[in-house]
Amino acid sequence: MPDPFTFDLVSPEKLLLSEDVEMVVVPGAEGDFGVLIGHAPLISALRPGVIDTYAGTKVEKRIFVAGGFAEVTGERCTVLAEEAMPVEDIDLAAAETRITSARAALDQADNDIARGQAEMALAVGEAMVAAHGTGV
Amino acid sequence: MPSLKDLRMRIDSVKSTQKITSAMKMVAAAKLRRAQEQAEAARPYAERMERMLGSLAGSMASSAGAPKLLAGTGKQDVHLLVMMTSDRGLCGAFNSSIVRDTRRMVAELQADGKEVKILCVGRKGWAQVRREFAPMIVDLIEGIGRPRLSFDDAQGVSNRVLEMFEAGEFDVCTLIYNRFKSVIAQIVTRQQLIPFAVDDLAAGDESADAASVNYDYEPDENEILEVLLPRNMSVQVYRSLLENNASEHGARMSAMDNATRNAGEMIDSLTLNYNRTRQAFITKELIEIISGAEAV
Repeated sequence: MPDPFTFDLVSPEKLLLSEDVEMVVVPGAEGDFGVLIGHAPLISALRPGVIDTYAGTKVEKRIFVAGGFAEVTGERCTVLAEEAMPVEDIDLAAAETRITSARAALDQADNDIARGQAEMALAVGEAMVAAHGTGV
Repeated sequence: MPSLKDLRMRIDSVKSTQKITSAMKMVAAAKLRRAQEQAEAARPYAERMERMLGSLAGSMASSAGAPKLLAGTGKQDVHLLVMMTSDRGLCGAFNSSIVRDTRRMVAELQADGKEVKILCVGRKGWAQVRREFAPMIVDLIEGIGRPRLSFDDAQGVSNRVLEMFEAGEFDVCTLIYNRFKSVIAQIVTRQQLIPFAVDDLAAGDESADAASVNYDYEPDENEILEVLLPRNMSVQVYRSLLENNASEHGARMSAMDNATRNAGEMIDSLTLNYNRTRQAFITKELIEIISGAEAV
């Protein structure tokens, strides 16, 4: 059994979670990656998806993040999330509203910045729907 | 000499003013506590963001391909000042000290032959400079922090600045806000937002440690920086808004404390005056009665 290390989840407004875990699986921009103690230092962008924290082989918590960054060093893993919530708290209706409004925004987008933002919002909404109901 | 009735009315009016100021003081104290808690809660994110950026920027700043937000446009001709004040008054010198510093900075920059643009956040500061600097004022953003200061507010301001930067409307952006030191001391602070000042970070010992670690980057350094820098801007704006918010309530609290005390002093002196006048009146009546009786 691996030693626990510190996992921090912070949003701009507050520190959401800081606890010792044995492993976390983080949705990196280029694919999910697992972090154990002694991981090589890494900074990665995140895509919208679900962070899993493990105790032993069991998933302890599933947290949805709408993107952000992860910083990994040998003894800690820090996730700077833009928006985060436990998977159980995802409101399916709210997620679908997001998708609809993002689609509308995408149709109306007349420049690259607006289009990029709408695409991001759409991706977040879709990831939320996908994550809905997958809680432990 | 004012009549007894006039004095009584003045005392009453000062008393009701005192009630208002002492209530405002208590409200400001409660809001200040909340603002401080919020500022406290926002700290971990900002610290970690700084650490990450410190290590990234350290390796990138010198290379040629660094994003413009980090390296600047290569010119320093047009300056954008983001002047952060409050929407409400009655908070002592809070707004005036920011406006004063802005004036000074505008004068300095103009003496160097630079062009200056001003983005006002908060109505009070805007009201003070709108005549003087009318052609320089780009816009006024108001209603920030109602009912509660959120990260979205900061993002709104930061996106506005970013849009202007993308459109090439300025080269250097500086925030002017009040840093909260204590209830009685707020320090006017200028903070350079664009290009991002890496030197400030290197001063922190923690970031120096982080810089020495060799990170792997995923996808790669450039792409992360592209996302991280605008993000960091919002964080910086958020932080200064929080500081400003706490400062505003702190300044209002001490201003209202002073006002309450002054009102108390005024009531005392008015009451003394009232009693003396009353006594003089009584004495006068007595003399009149006595001298009337003697004359009989």
